[in-house]
Amino acid sequence: MTSQTIDDVQFIEPIPKRNYLNVEYGVFSWLLTKDHKRIGILYLISVTLLFFVGGIFAFLLRLELLTPEGDLFTSDTYNKLFTLHGIVMIFFFLIPAIPSALGNFILPIMLGAKDLAFPRINLLSWYLYVIGALFGIYVIVTGGVDTGWTFYTPFSTQYSNTHVFATTLGAFITGFSSILTGLNFIVTTHRMRAPGLTWFRLPLFVWSIYATSIVQLLATPVLAITLALLMFERVLGVGIFDPGLGGDPVLYQHLFWFYSHPAVYIMVLPAMAVVSEVVAAFTRKRIFGYSFVAFSSLAIAFLSFLVWAHHLFVAGISVYSAMVFSFLSMLVAVPSAIKVFNWTATMYKASVSWQTPMLYILGFIGLFTIGGVTGLFLAALGIDVHVTDSYFVVAHFHYIMVGGTVMAYMAGIHYWWPKITGRMYPEWWARLGALLVFVGFNLTFFPQFIVGYVGMPRRYHAYAPEFQVLNVLSTAGATVLAVGYLLPMVYLLWSLGWGRKAGANPWGAVGLEWVTSSPPPKDNFHETPVVTWDAYDYPAFLKAMKETQHV
Amino acid sequence: MYNDFPLWPERASTFAGPVDTLFIALIIVTGTVSVLIWLLIIYFAIKYRRRPDNELAQEYEPPKALEVGWIVVPTLIFLGIFVWGSWLYFHEQRVPANALDVYATGRQWMWKFQHAGGQREINALHVPLNRPVRITMASEDVIHSLWFPAFRVKMDVLPSRYRTMWFQATKTGSYHIFCAEYCGTLHSGMIGWVQVMQPTEYQRWLAGGPEGSLASQGQTLFQKYACNTCHTNDATGRGPVLVGLYGKEVMLNDGRTVVADDNYIRESILNPQAKIVRGFGPIMPTFQGQVSEDDLLKLLAYVRSLGAQRPSVPVVESPQSKQTSSGSPLAPGAGVPPQTQPGQPASTKPRGTTSTTSTQ
Repeated sequence: MTSQTIDDVQFIEPIPKRNYLNVEYGVFSWLLTKDHKRIGILYLISVTLLFFVGGIFAFLLRLELLTPEGDLFTSDTYNKLFTLHGIVMIFFFLIPAIPSALGNFILPIMLGAKDLAFPRINLLSWYLYVIGALFGIYVIVTGGVDTGWTFYTPFSTQYSNTHVFATTLGAFITGFSSILTGLNFIVTTHRMRAPGLTWFRLPLFVWSIYATSIVQLLATPVLAITLALLMFERVLGVGIFDPGLGGDPVLYQHLFWFYSHPAVYIMVLPAMAVVSEVVAAFTRKRIFGYSFVAFSSLAIAFLSFLVWAHHLFVAGISVYSAMVFSFLSMLVAVPSAIKVFNWTATMYKASVSWQTPMLYILGFIGLFTIGGVTGLFLAALGIDVHVTDSYFVVAHFHYIMVGGTVMAYMAGIHYWWPKITGRMYPEWWARLGALLVFVGFNLTFFPQFIVGYVGMPRRYHAYAPEFQVLNVLSTAGATVLAVGYLLPMVYLLWSLGWGRKAGANPWGAVGLEWVTSSPPPKDNFHETPVVTWDAYDYPAFLKAMKETQHV
Repeated sequence: MYNDFPLWPERASTFAGPVDTLFIALIIVTGTVSVLIWLLIIYFAIKYRRRPDNELAQEYEPPKALEVGWIVVPTLIFLGIFVWGSWLYFHEQRVPANALDVYATGRQWMWKFQHAGGQREINALHVPLNRPVRITMASEDVIHSLWFPAFRVKMDVLPSRYRTMWFQATKTGSYHIFCAEYCGTLHSGMIGWVQVMQPTEYQRWLAGGPEGSLASQGQTLFQKYACNTCHTNDATGRGPVLVGLYGKEVMLNDGRTVVADDNYIRESILNPQAKIVRGFGPIMPTFQGQVSEDDLLKLLAYVRSLGAQRPSVPVVESPQSKQTSSGSPLAPGAGVPPQTQPGQPASTKPRGTTSTTSTQ
């Protein structure tokens, strides 16, 4: 195959006059839309707004931690800042970001479908998300909440005098948004695949999002129950967690983490979904060990339900149950390792492009590896006793959540930006942004591994003076990181008006979303596509495209 | 003491060495693998970068054996880490028999420590060098977590039950005490110093304490709350005999047996109806909310001290049930225990003063 054939692919469909963006106009054409692409954009806008809200909290935290004394805010304000940072980032950004924004847009197109199985439920899920987020905004405006995002009892039920009820109600409602999205994706994947698109021809994005959906569907109800019990106890004094009423505060932690550990995988599996797509597209190669990567997503989804108590190694579980959960936590690391090795092997003898999405993904693999191996440190009981609840843990999960999920999210935004908007982003600025994020991220979070092992506890407003140097480095890194995140806001918005027009397949990638025009028509395809190629199978894909052209 | 800018925590307990060894071993193993992955990625990204003659990837599939290799090898490594980490943890959970007892109470936002000799400290703890120290602890309000970074040990302190942790300090000096579980406004102020002292200095420090032993303070409370009217420590009492009880098995009226450990004693004071000893009626009132955590620990110390004594009457489930030990015949009034445990510094001062011994 020569380069000629790849360029041919870009012109298989003329750019139509009507696409999903200009088919109708007006506020209500968006707010009442049932088009998965428009709902994806609604999500994209809302999660981006909340990402910057959470980011502002993070930046204020880092400013306070520049000095050991608690001199910028009061302790109560500081406690509210880290609580809101966690709640906004986890419930309102990380969990919906990739599945609900990118997944909503891309998944049905990848399947060759007109829409999701339940377009109205899809819109409902966005409204539920917005209502939940409005509770969050209400709490922020009216004085905040100070329980930490984990809402541990009995602090949250008896001692905190902040807006615990409104916050948990917001998280409770948002949870249903997550459940409905998961449900929709599962049904769509089962029922609406295009002719010829068998399970083992599915892009790995679909496998991973499918695994995520299972977790969303099964784990989120447990969060709803837990938060409901918490609200009952706080408002009505029902004794479930309060030892004074015969309850057990550790029970809360079991219930909470029974959702919240799988929730880590609700955040990470979609990131892995993006990685597989981008690696294949920017190496122009089939992902090595396709079925291993596919099944490792399901293995992660399954095992994620069996490791919750590794958050409780010092919290009051027996020695033997701690050992069982340590063992299972080691096992859950295996499928993630498989994926990293497979992605790396895919690059061998490939055609590696250094465009922005790939740069983010190279960063992802590097950072996710650090996040993953430090997870092994925490799963090792003897070490966890020392480092749990320290900055080591903070560094670890930021390597997973930010180094992993946010990097993949940025990669996905850049990768599908031409498809979503029909415009190219400016490559040079985007590369600069990716570099700033990578450097800023490492400078922010790597020192936290050290300061955590040395002994700095997390959630400390003031800290011992010997920890200052590492904290100053961390705050400096956060500044770079902030610039790295603001830059794409500027050039992506710019590109909406002035970006170069994108063809159907600007990357020369394999996949149904690259067959249709950019931006796609309202119903995604002019006629139902027939899939004759395996995922990422370049020669077969090019052959199929050529035949279509000759027709 | 700490330098201005430490990159490694002080090693001041018997756990510090083994934990650091595992930590360093993990850094070496995982660091090697991570660096290898990064180098491969960078190498591939450069070597196979897209060029005009390279627009499509080469048709090449690496051998499937690789796949098996990188499933099996990491799994084995992970299991090795599991075994090593668990082995350490197992040791951290087994308290040596000769451990010195210290009692801790966490509350918003301070640490209170009480020694067996009755000495009390706030946000400071004095311990002897090279002697295992066992801390029995509970919280008065929310969940806290007692962390000694220099000792590499930490444990959550719960409002619902007693938990014990232990360490053996190996280096004199003073080291941080932190609360590691977020507990409200002044969480970051819930800190203190643990002072590791030479045994002789430690004895001198103990001697400065003005109060009676913790167990004897517990005995005073035992009388203050009129526990002794029922727990008369002879068969005439309406409550079970407590002498010789601690650590033994107790038969309950629903047929279960439980070990009379710290949490059983605690529950029996706070929620006596939960477990009724066979042969006794559910007549004891609850003391929930009436006894402070500090005082509960004193009562616990007293019941522990009774447990060390040979019972003057057999420890039986009830006067009606069959006797299980070959104790002496019933001797009314014979149950009053001595006021101090052997091995504790004798209390020379009168009891009842409540001043705090905080030397730092």
